[in-house]
Amino acid sequence: MLRSSQPLTGPNRKRCREDEMLLGTVLDEGERGFIIDTRSAQAAKQARMTGGGTEPKSSYPQWRRLHRPLERGRPLQESFIKLVEACNDTSINMDRWLSRLESCRWLSHVKAALSTACLAAQCMDREEASVLVHGAEGTDTTLLVTALAQVILDPSCRTLVGFQGLLEREWIEAGHPFHLRCARSAYSHARLKQEAPLFLLFLDCVWQLSRQFPFSLEFDERLLLTLFDNAYASAYGTFLCNNEKERQVGTPRCLCKVKESTHSLWAWLNQPEEEKKYLNPLYSHNALVIWPSVEPQSIQLWQGLFFRWIRSSQYLDEAWAEIQQLVEGN
Amino acid sequence: VENVRLLDRLSSRKAALGTLYLTATHVIFVENVSETRKETWVLHSQISSIEKQATTATGCPLLIRCKNFQVIQLVIPQERDCHDVYISLIRLARPVKYEELYCFSFNPKLDKEEREQGWKLVDLNEEYKRMGIPNNYWQISDVNRDYGVCDSYPTEVYVPKSATAHIIVGSSKFRSRRRFPALSYYCKDNNASICRSSQPLSGFSARCLEDEQMLQAIRKANPGSDFIYVVDTRPKLNAMANRAAGKGYENEDNYSNIKFQFIGIENIHVMRNSLQKMLEVCELKSPSMSDFLWGLENSGWLKHIKAIMDAGIFIAKAVAEEGVSVLVHCSDGWDRTAQVCSVASLLLDPYYRTMKGFMVLIEKDWVSFGHKFNHRYGNLDGDPKEISPVIDQFIECVWQLMEQFPCAFEFNERFLIHIQHHIYSCQFGNFLCNSQKERKELKIQERTYSLWAHLWKNRADYLNPLYRPDHSQTQGTLRPQMAPCNFLYKFWSGMYNRFEKGLHPRQSVTDYLMAVKEETQQLEEELEVLGERLANLQKSQLNDNKVKSKQQDQSKQLGLSTSNNSLANTPQEYSSDLKSFPSRSPSQGDEEDSALILTQDNLKSSDPDLSANSDQESGVEDLSCRSPSGGGCLPSEDSGKDSDEAVFLAV
Repeated sequence: MLRSSQPLTGPNRKRCREDEMLLGTVLDEGERGFIIDTRSAQAAKQARMTGGGTEPKSSYPQWRRLHRPLERGRPLQESFIKLVEACNDTSINMDRWLSRLESCRWLSHVKAALSTACLAAQCMDREEASVLVHGAEGTDTTLLVTALAQVILDPSCRTLVGFQGLLEREWIEAGHPFHLRCARSAYSHARLKQEAPLFLLFLDCVWQLSRQFPFSLEFDERLLLTLFDNAYASAYGTFLCNNEKERQVGTPRCLCKVKESTHSLWAWLNQPEEEKKYLNPLYSHNALVIWPSVEPQSIQLWQGLFFRWIRSSQYLDEAWAEIQQLVEGN
Repeated sequence: VENVRLLDRLSSRKAALGTLYLTATHVIFVENVSETRKETWVLHSQISSIEKQATTATGCPLLIRCKNFQVIQLVIPQERDCHDVYISLIRLARPVKYEELYCFSFNPKLDKEEREQGWKLVDLNEEYKRMGIPNNYWQISDVNRDYGVCDSYPTEVYVPKSATAHIIVGSSKFRSRRRFPALSYYCKDNNASICRSSQPLSGFSARCLEDEQMLQAIRKANPGSDFIYVVDTRPKLNAMANRAAGKGYENEDNYSNIKFQFIGIENIHVMRNSLQKMLEVCELKSPSMSDFLWGLENSGWLKHIKAIMDAGIFIAKAVAEEGVSVLVHCSDGWDRTAQVCSVASLLLDPYYRTMKGFMVLIEKDWVSFGHKFNHRYGNLDGDPKEISPVIDQFIECVWQLMEQFPCAFEFNERFLIHIQHHIYSCQFGNFLCNSQKERKELKIQERTYSLWAHLWKNRADYLNPLYRPDHSQTQGTLRPQMAPCNFLYKFWSGMYNRFEKGLHPRQSVTDYLMAVKEETQQLEEELEVLGERLANLQKSQLNDNKVKSKQQDQSKQLGLSTSNNSLANTPQEYSSDLKSFPSRSPSQGDEEDSALILTQDNLKSSDPDLSANSDQESGVEDLSCRSPSGGGCLPSEDSGKDSDEAVFLAV
């Protein structure tokens, strides 16, 4: 699985031999690959007007392009804000709750993200084909898809340590602009242009997987909530800045010498006393690919996050304590 | 009929070829594939509707919809055969006499005494004794011993000490269907009670001294309070309309010391339509999130569930927190009243959250109090306007509570699903007819078997591993969050999509935890035994080597296999979302339409063996199990025995 940003085809349909060769080396003679473009076909075409575009079939004959539009940017942030507002609105009647939920479209975005990640995983696992994923910039929906696909495909990404590695690779080092995206969250009046909850959408999708496959993830919901918190505000430097360049010492654009001046979230999480708080008592290594159902009935609102401060989780916590006891007792 | 195809409901590309059999009691489809010869059995009683669809090139399609939400799509090659099957099924699914029902031919090979014992498992007299009755305030009355006062009530009713036979009879004449106020639940801690009845025949101004005395008697039976609540579970408008027909509700001016309250729950027709709409949503092919949420809201189903729950919560609060008795009624006192009384009892008394207690609850508030099972669930062919999912709603309320309080119930989701299944199956005699009187006349207990005995025998399948009698959730009253709580009501896909295996991954938390619990118990017992042995051996100085090797063998035997967890499943069609994105314009040469790229054919099984554990799973919060494994009595909804590609959602 590869990821990139969009090719700069432009209005004049420029070609780039090196790019074509690079993609050519990935595939053997006669093999085919899939390009999953997270923009709609129309949006991708329009991107040419501003210098971007798509890979023309004639130049990349072995690659088949699939479009799976995923929401990003302002619309995704609006969706998030609307959902949080709906969840906090105590005046809604049961009559209108579901349509209000629907109008936020958040669950549709979860469904679309999971479907696309599954598609990528299917290409690799079932078609045994290589996959290239990109959107426009390669920093948002691209990473959502590649990271999720790996959780689906790869059991090692479902371990606590493996998941941290996945986050480091596919989100942090890959350059998801956390500083811009995770600025003010859902309550701020300042509607910042660059803010968008892609990372939260990823965590929500992982939560859906944990719900559908309760034995297959080594970590539980608490880890996901902690990651959500730390992406926005953290005592640790792991989610600071927008990319490695800004974090590294010795580069001209370095902003804050992250590794020298801050502590790593992972170091803290991996301490034995901390770690056990995040482990899933039902975990048992599952070597197989986990294919989620993306039917509407299977996708649920992440109550642990969206109702975290609104309703008591006492009874559910007690249930988890029971589960813990049962498993440990054995 | 041979060469019939059974289609996977959501993917018409997947079809099993086999033979269709019609027997006196079942429709049976047997697959031709010789290794598995998978059988699909459907009881005629379960058939809700049969639809003959337009003949196509491939044959004549027949759609069978069942009351337990199974949907079977058959394609019969010859039109003539299809028509014959259709006509036969219509007749078979609409029995005219009770004797046609399966329970009269079902033979579990028990002797007469075992059958009798089965029926004695649930004893209502014992139940009232458990509540503490008879006592200073409540007594048994035999006024209805020959069903002379009310033919839909049981022979034994519990009434306040100060309610004489005269008062009871007088009150019954002033109540719809003669269903006078009688005791449903008594709380011995504070003497508050829940009584139930039907609506008074008050019209605009009629009064009845005995009925007023009856309510006073109920009030007096609770010295801790100087008034009682009278709860009318109908919407105010409906109740008022009833007045024009000479019925209505209690006027606070006429009945001393009552506080009257409407809690609007809609009637059976609204509920029937609501379920219908919800099932239509379930039948949508590859719905978008919007389709689903809009459809679900449009049906109003969860709103109704919440209304019933809210009523139960109000009553439970009145009894537990205020110590005030409540009289509940609707129109006839056998639908909404039953729902609301049983929900309230469940919230109040932990006994009803045990397996046995739950059976008792249904026996008490539904069976003995004359809920019209035959009319509501169509045992026999009857008026379609009487059909309504009343007890289904109650069962769903219980499930919603189980989701909110995972440790509070001794039984699991599978228990509820099986009970629902058997209410419609007519395999056992518990839910036949419309009243105790009718069941006695038909000699049900001598000619059929009790479901409760059957479930009790298999109770290991129905246990909730998180239940502990000493857990805080199992003590005292359950207090569901009142508001905000809309989001707490979830769509019960375990029930309404029960047979769509693609929706439910195959890992059952409940079954796993039960296995863990059992193994721990066994290990602990072994430990004890070994401990004693060791102690004895230490005293008597035997051969050390012999002892060591024995202990090693023991520990090997008890290793719990966790391999039943490593089950993946097969992917569904993820490319079916295309229609929801408007960007596909046909003229663009560069693009690829990928709709057909990943077809079912590509997804054939290179899967590892997935048949080890067929049960379906639940997520973090839904700690319940979905697929029954209850022997031959239930449709084989788990695909465990066969390849699980059979279950799939596709475009």
